[in-house]
Amino acid sequence: MTPNAALLLLADGRLPAGGYAHSGGFEPTARLQGLNDAAALEDFLEGRVTTSGFVAAAFAAAACAAAHAGNIGRLGQLDPELDARMPSPAVRAVSRALGRQLLRVITRIHPHPVLATLDPHAHQPTVFGAAAASFDLSPQDAALAVLHETITGPASAAVKVLSLDPYEVHSALARLTGLLDELAVRAAAHALDDPDQLPADASPLLDIAAEHHRSWDVRLFAS
Amino acid sequence: MSARASLTTEHTIDRAGRGVSRVYGLRSQAPLVLRPTHPKSAEPFTRHATNVARVSLTSGAAGPLGGDHFELEVRVGRGSTLVLNEVSATLLLPGARGGLSQMRITITVEDDATLVWLPEPVIAAEHCNHVQDIDVALGTSSRLLMRDELQLGRHREPPGNLTQRIRVRRVGRPLFQQQLTVGPATPKWRSSAVGGGHKSLGTVLVVDPDWGGDPPSARILAHGAAMFPLAGPAVLISALADDTLTTRRLLDRGVAHLGDPWASEAAAAPSA
Repeated sequence: MTPNAALLLLADGRLPAGGYAHSGGFEPTARLQGLNDAAALEDFLEGRVTTSGFVAAAFAAAACAAAHAGNIGRLGQLDPELDARMPSPAVRAVSRALGRQLLRVITRIHPHPVLATLDPHAHQPTVFGAAAASFDLSPQDAALAVLHETITGPASAAVKVLSLDPYEVHSALARLTGLLDELAVRAAAHALDDPDQLPADASPLLDIAAEHHRSWDVRLFAS
Repeated sequence: MSARASLTTEHTIDRAGRGVSRVYGLRSQAPLVLRPTHPKSAEPFTRHATNVARVSLTSGAAGPLGGDHFELEVRVGRGSTLVLNEVSATLLLPGARGGLSQMRITITVEDDATLVWLPEPVIAAEHCNHVQDIDVALGTSSRLLMRDELQLGRHREPPGNLTQRIRVRRVGRPLFQQQLTVGPATPKWRSSAVGGGHKSLGTVLVVDPDWGGDPPSARILAHGAAMFPLAGPAVLISALADDTLTTRRLLDRGVAHLGDPWASEAAAAPSA
């Protein structure tokens, strides 16, 4: 495999796309279900990455393939399909806010014609896939980066929410690398699916937690 | 065993000149038995109309068992109203020779038609291996209330494998789509992000074109239950609990917040 610095750039949590402000549902879940250690975090991450993370990865792969093919119509079909897979309005709003922030960053740092075709309120996986294509990355790269973000966001948040030992948190992330690789391959296999056939794995407790979180007056993270 | 059942309703005018909904295509194949029943009083969720069509699904045998392939097709014709319920819960069991059991439900609700679909819980017994597909196609002015409840294992029993896919499209556009996969093949079902080890979960999906772009707002119903306005004229009520009675109570609590006509009619509805 050829070195690919662009993938690292996109997957880097220091990319100023606003991800640091979100716990990916970990903050409300920790409080509602009394999670208090690294093992509980790992269980949360595995559940999130195999459901909503996998869906996001498959959509990013599909968006990347559509952007490579210059298929603007197909790119536009992905957001309504994502809406249908996100019952929680809080989850939809966060996904679209993160998409807007990512689109703004990529447009500034790496202008590309495909980015201009996107809806400014497109969902984050759609923008991520198109951004990956603009760097000539593959659908599988896009999927892997989205899966990586699915677990690193809540993991960093957990260090703050529960004051967990960062070594323990990163041990959990290290154990999950194999799962991420496997999920990236499976997600990329959906890159050319009809939009209505794309994965729709549900995470009902995350949806419910997102609405709890939005109702709180005091919270550390935006989601 | 393979079985196919189907039914169609239409809106027509009776001898007294009243508009009524009539079942005109009813095909049963054992063990899927569809039985028209006569409403004793106003049906739930149908704007107090007494002239609706009512059909009960009865299962003439245990299961589905591994190896069974069942299909149910429902068409609610333009302007008609159908209340479809079920006589008892569905118990998913493994077959003698293992294998997958499948249930495929295809529903079309035409314009100005209403479907109230109140099946009883689906219980995933240990070692079952079942796939359920529910496909619903709605028109612009179709109304829908659809309940869905899953119980993961009987009393003190772990569940077998169950995959459920629900896909609801409105005039060809996606409205609600989700897949749930539970059981020993998907241990992460028990994750705090997904099902959290709850034994029972359920949803009620209500589509009402009168809501336009402004369905009732999001609301927390309990620790493990909430209602969500979807991206369209629809609301999903979602609940997780440790038993089906609690799940049903939480779902009913959600329906009570839907405003007229759903809420007022729910109060009058029998709970099963």
